[in-house]
Amino acid sequence: MHKIARRRWLVIIAFLAMAALAFSRQAKEPAKEQPKEPAKAAEKKEDPSETCLACHSEKTMTTRHGKQTISLYVDGKRFAKSVHAELSCTGCHSDLDPDNIPHPTPAKVDCSNCHAQEGKQHAASLHGKALAKGDSLAPRCVSCHGNHDIVPVKDRDSAVAPLKVPFVCGKCHSEGTPVQQTRNIPQHDILTNYSESIHGEGLLKRGLTVAPNCASCHTAHNILPHTDPNSSIARKNIASTCTRCHSQIEEVHRKTIKGELWEKEAHVLPACVDCHQPHKIRKVYYAQGMADADCLRCHANDNLRSKDGRTMFVNAAEMPGSRHAKVACSQCHSEVNASRVRPCETITKKVDCSACHAEVAQQYQRSVHGQLHAKDDPNAPVCRDCHGTHKILGKRDVNSPSFPTNVPGLCANCHREGMKAAVRYKGEQHEIIANYSESIHGKGLLKSGLTVTATCTSCHTAHRELPKTDPESTVNPKNVPQTCGVCHNGIQEQFSHSVHAAANDHSGKQLPVCSDCHTAHTIQRADQDQFKLEIMNKCGRCHAAIAETYFETYHGKVSRLGYTKTAKCYDCHGAHDIRNVNDPQSHLSRANVVATCQKCHTGATRRFAGYLTHATHHDPRKFPFLFWTFWGMTSLLVSTFMIGGLHTLLWFPKAMQMRRELRAEEAREAAQSSADEKQAGREAK
Amino acid sequence: MSSTAKAPEVVSRPEQVTVPPTTTGPHKQLEYVRFQPRYRVMHACMVLSFITLALTGLSLKFSYTAWAARLSRILGGFETAGFIHRSAAVLMFTVFIGHLADIVRTKKRQRRSWGEMLFGKDSLLLNGQDLREFLATMRWFLGLGPRPRYGRWTYWEKFDYFAVFWGIFVIGSTGLTLWFPILFTRLLPGWFINVATIIHSDEALLATGFIFTIHFFNTHLRPEKFPMDITVFTGHMPLAELKRDKPREYEELVASGGLEEHLAEPHQPIVVKTVRFFAWIALGTGFSIVVWIIYAMIFAYR
Repeated sequence: MHKIARRRWLVIIAFLAMAALAFSRQAKEPAKEQPKEPAKAAEKKEDPSETCLACHSEKTMTTRHGKQTISLYVDGKRFAKSVHAELSCTGCHSDLDPDNIPHPTPAKVDCSNCHAQEGKQHAASLHGKALAKGDSLAPRCVSCHGNHDIVPVKDRDSAVAPLKVPFVCGKCHSEGTPVQQTRNIPQHDILTNYSESIHGEGLLKRGLTVAPNCASCHTAHNILPHTDPNSSIARKNIASTCTRCHSQIEEVHRKTIKGELWEKEAHVLPACVDCHQPHKIRKVYYAQGMADADCLRCHANDNLRSKDGRTMFVNAAEMPGSRHAKVACSQCHSEVNASRVRPCETITKKVDCSACHAEVAQQYQRSVHGQLHAKDDPNAPVCRDCHGTHKILGKRDVNSPSFPTNVPGLCANCHREGMKAAVRYKGEQHEIIANYSESIHGKGLLKSGLTVTATCTSCHTAHRELPKTDPESTVNPKNVPQTCGVCHNGIQEQFSHSVHAAANDHSGKQLPVCSDCHTAHTIQRADQDQFKLEIMNKCGRCHAAIAETYFETYHGKVSRLGYTKTAKCYDCHGAHDIRNVNDPQSHLSRANVVATCQKCHTGATRRFAGYLTHATHHDPRKFPFLFWTFWGMTSLLVSTFMIGGLHTLLWFPKAMQMRRELRAEEAREAAQSSADEKQAGREAK
Repeated sequence: MSSTAKAPEVVSRPEQVTVPPTTTGPHKQLEYVRFQPRYRVMHACMVLSFITLALTGLSLKFSYTAWAARLSRILGGFETAGFIHRSAAVLMFTVFIGHLADIVRTKKRQRRSWGEMLFGKDSLLLNGQDLREFLATMRWFLGLGPRPRYGRWTYWEKFDYFAVFWGIFVIGSTGLTLWFPILFTRLLPGWFINVATIIHSDEALLATGFIFTIHFFNTHLRPEKFPMDITVFTGHMPLAELKRDKPREYEELVASGGLEEHLAEPHQPIVVKTVRFFAWIALGTGFSIVVWIIYAMIFAYR
């Protein structure tokens, strides 16, 4: 800049020299200036400014421009301190004829002669264009920078020093000014709002010169309307404008703005100003950005319908209580364009919750629900099917569909028998909702209202539901102990040391997990009789032979009768901490077995523990005593019944014969006695 | 009771009976008293305890049938059923010990030696006479001879008696082992409880099966006594029946002239009716148990 200035300076000197030669031949023109003092032309060449100031240092020097009286006073001292002090007056007022006094009206100073870039920017700017159109209110360079007393911006006396910028802009852009009143400026109370904002407070109250002033966002010379895509405050540029200072803001707004999305896909994301309204930016998060009220002008009408007949009514009363109370309409309905009369007419897509809830959305996409949605399956549930739309409540709100006690009912909408999800489901689980409601979890949650009880999402997750067969599913057998262990931590700990834990068994056999014994949806209290009795069959599914022999003993027989007081599998083997009997920590290890018996049989001895709890009399090699006792007794029975039966069979015909004879005898006797009676009767007559 | 041999007859004719003079009325015929009241009470107690033991015990043995579970519920659950079972066992032990005590008392009163008691005429021990009668019975069954002239105790009655004697010993001892397993395993190995279970259970099956089929037939169901013989409850037996069924006893009584002291007036009809009523229950229960056993053994066995 200085080089250019010097070169021009030489050009000007040369020009002035030529002008001086032509001085005498200058034509006389009608002068409007009325110089009170003659110019000191002789001094002009040594110090041209001095020459000018000879006249212009007079404070009363004025001229008339139409009806206006314009001061022609120039403060020489201040000019001497200005950045332009080294220039002569004619360096800027290049068309001036210094010798011709009074001068003819010079053209306006064109700063762009030196400040070409700024000039170009200004010309393209809102201000410049207005100026070109002849708008009398449009600012020129001098409007902001002043004229003869221009000092560097860093100088606190500069008219455009940071602390002064708001006032410079405020000259036109504060309430009551002609610009604010007559020009189309969508913002109001700009200066007041700014001065109360965190930016304004920093600058004006705390004197923090790095705090943003008007020019920080709007630029100094390239001021463009926000609708102009090149504007620093255009929707898609606003982020980069703000990040010039708030360069790490993405870290803070991680949930809202993931990575570079903000810049790359600004159209789907809320812009800074959606939340932090321009000029009003406070320390607090802003309730409204793109004015919700603007949306509600139409959408508060409950008769509002879309073309296909859907209601477009938005109940504003729902919003304050919702989780998104502080989220503006435009943050979710992000394609709105504020420059349109109907900002929503630019919306082409449904609300994409993933813009903010990126992690959850990622889980959802992996889930069965999300996979179906990706295939455009009409049955696939989307965010709003579970969470609702405008009245989204947190999961801790009792009225929220995702509040624990409401979750079963929510899932039931599709998974109840006969509903759309249940119909297409081909697995083993049926009556899921009904069964769950009667299970210990269901009763705890729905009848007792115990909100920490496991609900659908506790096992299946809220957003990442996967079928049992998927190895990543929380209900995949491999993961079930861990899933249940989230709540039943102590049990999982015990189970992890048991023979049934995958880590302890390398046989390759299918091992049971929680749900194999406790079921998935019909889980009962373990202290209920029905469960206690059913569990033996559960063990027996794999341990068939040993279960059969158990039922030959007193314990098993009583259990089979439907009583729970005799020892069941788990009473001796443990429930979750089942270990190999050779394991010293097993309940049935040599060290522990007597104590295990003593749980029921107080006073049991080691010899007592020798009772064969899984005895069978069908195995002569393993249990010869029992085998031979059984067959001895059976032989005794068979032989006794054979002899007795044969004896009876042989007897039977003879006994029948005796019976016939007896009956005949009785008949004869009866006849005889009646004859005797008749005889006696006749004799009596 | 003295013994006098008499020529065997197939069926004793009523005319041959010397009917003692009736004193109370024209319709009252004196009856032979076969069992003293204490034996009637004992048998009634036996019936009660036996059926009770059978019901409660078999409900456990056949626990795999739906009937067993239902019965167990009716009996008040397995613990109550167990209590009833042991109470009935105590009653049976009492009868058993009472019977042994009675033998000793009878011996003392009658001033007889053990030899006479055990091997004498009316002893329940099997003897040569029984063997001869058994062989004669076989001939009768096969149509090779007449019906033997049985005395006071037939060989099958003696068998029944000793079956019970043996049963009480076997089932009772193993039952006590199962009742007090901790006490018994101070001396016996633990697996003996398993052995005792098999013996107790199978011997009980034998006892119930035998009583409710063979004994019932021998005593009640054989056609000439059908549907039942209530002598053991009333203690009384018509003389005609005595003559027909146990001619040798009758003849011996007549010969010794001691018959009259064994005669008594019949019970009131209400007593007989009551006895029949309870006998029907006992019989019905017994048969039901047999049906249940057969069902459990054949159709529901596993």
